Amino acid sequence: MITKEDVEHIGWLARIEISEQETVEYMEKLNSVLEYFGQLDELPTEDVVPTYHVAEIYNVFREDIVEECLPQETVLANTEYKQDGTFRVPKIG
Amino acid sequence: MVYENPDGIRIGLEIHVQLNKLKTKMFCGCSSDYHNAAPNTHTCPICLGLPGTLPVLNKKAVEAAIKVGLALEGEIAEETQFHRKNYFYPDLPKGFQVTQYDFPIVGKGKVVIEGEDGEHVVGITRAHMEEDPGKLVHIGSIEKSKGVLIDYNRSGMPLIETVTEPDMRSPKEARRFLDKFRNILEYLDVFDGNLEGAMRVDANVSVHWGTRVEVKNISSHKGVERALLYEIMRQKNVIRRGGKITLETRHFDEGRGVTISMRTKEEAEDYRYFREPDLMPMRVTDWIPAIRETLPELPDAKRARFIEQYGITDMHAKSLTSKIMLADFYEGVCSKGVDPKIAATWTADVFLGEFNYRDLAISSYDGKKIDFIHTKDPEIENSFKVSDLVELVTFFAEGKISDRVAVEVIRSILDGEEEKTPSQIIEEKGLSKAEDDLVTKAVVETIAENAAAVQDYIGGAEKSLNFLVGQVMKKTKGTADAKTARELILKELKG
Amino acid sequence: MAKWMSVAQVKEKIKEDSAEEVTARYLEVIGKSKVNGYVTVSEKALEHARRIDSEGHDGPLAGVPIAIKDNISVVGLPNSCGSKILEGYVPPFNAHVIEKLLAAGAVILGKTNMDEFAMGSSTETSYFGPTANPWDLERVPGGSSGGSAAVVAAGEAPFALGSDTGGSVRCPAAFCGVVGLKPTYGAVSRYGVVAYANSLEQVGPLANNVADIAILMDVIAGYDRRDSTSIDSKIEYQKALVNDVKGLKIGVPKEFFGEGIHPDVEKAVWNAIHKYESLGATWEEVSMPNIKYALASYYIIAMSEASSNLARFDGTRYGFRESGENWHAMVSKTRAEGFGTEVKRRILLGTYALSAGYHDKYYLKALKVRTLVKQDFDKALAKVDLLMAPTMPNPAFKIGEKIEDPLTLYLSDVNTCPINLAGVPSVSVPCGLTDGLPIGLQIMGKPFDEPTVLRAAYTFEQNTDYYTKRPPEVA
Repeated sequence: MITKEDVEHIGWLARIEISEQETVEYMEKLNSVLEYFGQLDELPTEDVVPTYHVAEIYNVFREDIVEECLPQETVLANTEYKQDGTFRVPKIG
Repeated sequence: MVYENPDGIRIGLEIHVQLNKLKTKMFCGCSSDYHNAAPNTHTCPICLGLPGTLPVLNKKAVEAAIKVGLALEGEIAEETQFHRKNYFYPDLPKGFQVTQYDFPIVGKGKVVIEGEDGEHVVGITRAHMEEDPGKLVHIGSIEKSKGVLIDYNRSGMPLIETVTEPDMRSPKEARRFLDKFRNILEYLDVFDGNLEGAMRVDANVSVHWGTRVEVKNISSHKGVERALLYEIMRQKNVIRRGGKITLETRHFDEGRGVTISMRTKEEAEDYRYFREPDLMPMRVTDWIPAIRETLPELPDAKRARFIEQYGITDMHAKSLTSKIMLADFYEGVCSKGVDPKIAATWTADVFLGEFNYRDLAISSYDGKKIDFIHTKDPEIENSFKVSDLVELVTFFAEGKISDRVAVEVIRSILDGEEEKTPSQIIEEKGLSKAEDDLVTKAVVETIAENAAAVQDYIGGAEKSLNFLVGQVMKKTKGTADAKTARELILKELKG
Repeated sequence: MAKWMSVAQVKEKIKEDSAEEVTARYLEVIGKSKVNGYVTVSEKALEHARRIDSEGHDGPLAGVPIAIKDNISVVGLPNSCGSKILEGYVPPFNAHVIEKLLAAGAVILGKTNMDEFAMGSSTETSYFGPTANPWDLERVPGGSSGGSAAVVAAGEAPFALGSDTGGSVRCPAAFCGVVGLKPTYGAVSRYGVVAYANSLEQVGPLANNVADIAILMDVIAGYDRRDSTSIDSKIEYQKALVNDVKGLKIGVPKEFFGEGIHPDVEKAVWNAIHKYESLGATWEEVSMPNIKYALASYYIIAMSEASSNLARFDGTRYGFRESGENWHAMVSKTRAEGFGTEVKRRILLGTYALSAGYHDKYYLKALKVRTLVKQDFDKALAKVDLLMAPTMPNPAFKIGEKIEDPLTLYLSDVNTCPINLAGVPSVSVPCGLTDGLPIGLQIMGKPFDEPTVLRAAYTFEQNTDYYTKRPPEVA
C-alpha cells in the first residue's frame, strides 16, 4: 500500500507539485491501480527472462559523420525565456 | 622499502573523459567542435531532447571505449547496453542521462603507476560510456545566483567514465595515476586534454581506513592533489578533535582550494535506472582483434624501447614519452642521424623545459613539425620544426655553438620566430660561437682594463681568474666558450 | 464530391478537378465538423495543394489530403499531444513518416485530437476537450487516436495517421467503424513521434477501407536509420490485397472473450469467423493462459517508460512554464499545472514502479510477464496463421462515463494491449453494429506477416458490406 509519504516522495522524484488534498486523492486512486497490478504476484516468474524488447536487434550504429545543426534562433524559437543565445531559467536551488 | 601508509589513506577516482577527438556527438550528427562556438549553435533536435527524437549510437564512440578498455587491460563485456539515469537538472534536456549501468562496456582492469614505494597497481573497477549534459552559467555566484543560462552545445558529447578501486594511498599517487591515465588516453588518440572540460574528476577518500567522502567537481587533473591534500587534512583534524567522518559528498572550490559540504537535499535522489528502450544492446567482442591491431605503442612500452634503442636515461625516456607527440618528435629528430643522447638532452631538458615555462601545449605533430598553442590563450599558435632541432644538435655536437646559444635559439623560435632557421637566428643575433681571434681580442682588452685583478691573480688569488673569465664572457656577449677564454687568459699572462 | 471517398477515388477526383479543389472540399467539411476531431487545421494545406497542381507531383499520394495525430511532428504545425504543457511548441523537424508522406505528395490537413500524451482510450483527457464519436455525438470515439478515427469516420479526411501503444489505433477504429492497423514493432519509424512507451508503440494508419491502409503503409513503412529499433521488412503491402482466404488457419483465443463482453460484440465476431469459414478458412479455439496478466504488465511497462519520457517537459526549453522561486520549484509547478490528472497519475505510478525497492516487484515482474504473454502468442501462432477476437469488448461508451475511475478505463484495453507486449501486427475492421454503434473485429498475425493480416481483412471487406456503413449523424 502506498502511503501519503510515498505520494509526496514520488511527487518529488517526478517533480510534480502535489497539494495536501491531492495527496489523499492520488493515494486512493494509485492504490486501487497498484492493487490490480498486485495480481501479477500470483504468477511464478523466477525462471523467466524479462523481455525488454520484442525485436532482438543488436549493434545499431551510425557513422561518425557530421550533420547540420539547427541555427541558434531556431533552437531558441520555442521559448520566450532566453538571453544572449542561451536558455534562461531561475536559479537552481 | 614498503610504503606503510601511516594515515590509512584510500583514494579512488571517477574520471569523466570527453571523447573529443570524435567528429560528432554520442547520439547525433552534431559536430563535437563546439569549444569556441556561440552558445546553442552545435545542437539539433536530438541533443536538445526535443519530443519525438531518438538516439543512434556513434560507432566510433564504442570503438574508442574498447580502445580505452584494452589499454587499461580491462575485460570487454560480451554484451553491453545503455540505461537511463533519471533525474532533473536544467543541463539535462531529456530529464535523464543516457549512461551505462549494470552492463558497462569495460570491466575489471589495471594501471601500473610509480607509487610511493615503486611500481604500484591501481585496479580499474569499470569504464562505461555516457552522454555529457549541457553547460550552465550562473548569473552571479552559485550561492547567490540570480538565474542560470544554459548552453546545450556540450549536450550529448560522448564521455567515458572510468572508476578505479580505492587503491591510491596518497594525493601524489592519485596525481600520478591521473597523469598516467591522461597520457594513455592521449596515446590512443581519443582525447585532447587541452580542451576545456575535457577531463573531470570525482574522488573518494578516506583516512584511517574509515568512512569515505566523495569530493566532486575537480575540473583539472592538477586540482586533484590540492583537493585531496585539503580533504585528508580536514578528515584527520575532525578525527583528532574526536569527531566522526560521515558519508557525504563535498564540492571542491578550486579558487579557494577547499572542499565544502554540499547542502544535503531533503530527499535522497533515486535514479530509477532502466534499460534505454530506444537503443539496442551491443555484442562487439568480435571487434577486439581489429581494434587491438590499431592500438599504438603505449607509454610504458615506448619508454622501455627508448632506453633500449637510444641508450638514453630512464629520466629522459620518461619525460620524452610523457606526450606521444613529443616522443614522435624526438624520434623524428633521431631519424635524421643525430646523436640520440644529445637529442634527448635537448628535447627533454631544454626544449620541454622552455615549453612548459611558457604554458604551451602540443596540439599536433605531422612528422616535420610540432604545432603548439598557448594553454591560456589559444589564439597564440606556433610550431617547432624537427629540422630546427636537428640543426641545433648538429651545430652543438660539432662545437660550432655553445649551449647558451642553443638555448637562445630555442627560445627565439618558441617566442615566435618559427619562420627562421637556427642559422638565420644565430646570424641575425650575432650569436655564433666567437672566433678565437675575437676572444683573444677580448682577453687582451680585459687584461689591460683590469690590472688590479691581474695583480691579485699573480699574487695567488685564484678567484680573480674567474672574474677575468667573466669579463671576457661579458665582452663576447656569452658567445665565447668559458674554457677557451680561461686558457687564453693564462696563455696571455704567461706570455 | 462524395463525402466518403477511397484514396483511389480521391486521386480520380484530383485528376478530374484539382488537388486544390479536393483539399478545399475537405476543409469545408472540417469547417462544419460536429466532432472536434482536429486540434489544428493547417493554414498551408490549400497552398500546398495548389503547388502540387502547378508544379505537378508524381508521388503515389500526389495531392491526397491526410490528417495527422497531434503527437507526430510536422514542421510549422503545433505539436501539442493534447497537453497544455506543450503550449506554443512548434517542432523544427518532421517525423520520418511525415517526410515520407510529403515525398509521396500528401497534403496535411491538420493535427488531430488525442488523449493527452496518448494516455487514454477515449480522447477525453485532451487539454482541448473531448472529441465526439460521429456515430453518437454523446459517446467517445475511443482513444487515444480518437481524433484521427473520428475525422476519417466523419468524412473530414480520407485517411489519417495515429499511434498505437496499447490499442490507440485499433480502439478508436473499432468505436468509429473504420479500419486501423497496428504494424509489427519496428515496421514504421518512430522518429518524430512523441514517445509514450517506446518499447510498445508504433505509428499506424486509419482509413475507411483496407486498401487505403495498404496504400498508406507502402508510403510510411520501412527502414529509418534514425530509429535504432527500425527493421527493414521490405513488405509490399498493396500486394497483399488478395480476395482469398482458402486454407487459412484461424485461431480463436477464448481469453479474448472474457467476462463483461457485450453479447452483440461476441455474436458479431463469431459471425465474422463463420464468414471466413464459409470462404474456405478453418478455425480452432486456442488457449493463451497468460493473457489475463497482460493488462497489468502492459500498464506497468507503459507507465514506467512514460515517467521517464515525459521528464523532458520541464518548462525550460519550450512549452508552458509556471513561475517558481527556483528551477526545481518552477519545474514542479509547471508539471503540476501543465499535465492533466491522468498523465500525472501515470507518471507517478511509473515513477513508483521504477523506484528503489519496487523496481523488481513491478517493473521487472512486468517484463517477465511480458515474456510469458509473448510466448502465448508464439505458441498460438505456430499452430495457426491468424488470431481473431473482438477489438473492444464493448461498443463506444458515453463521454464522462469512465473518466473518473482510471482502472475501469484501463480495463477497456484488455484485448488490444497484449498485442503491443508481443509486438505483433493487428488490424481492426468493422464487423457489425449494435444499437447503431460499430463493432470491430481484431485480426492478429505473426511478426511482419502484415500481408496475411491484410489479406484476411481485405477478403472480409470484399465479402461483407460493414465497411460501407456511415454514421448517420454526420452524413
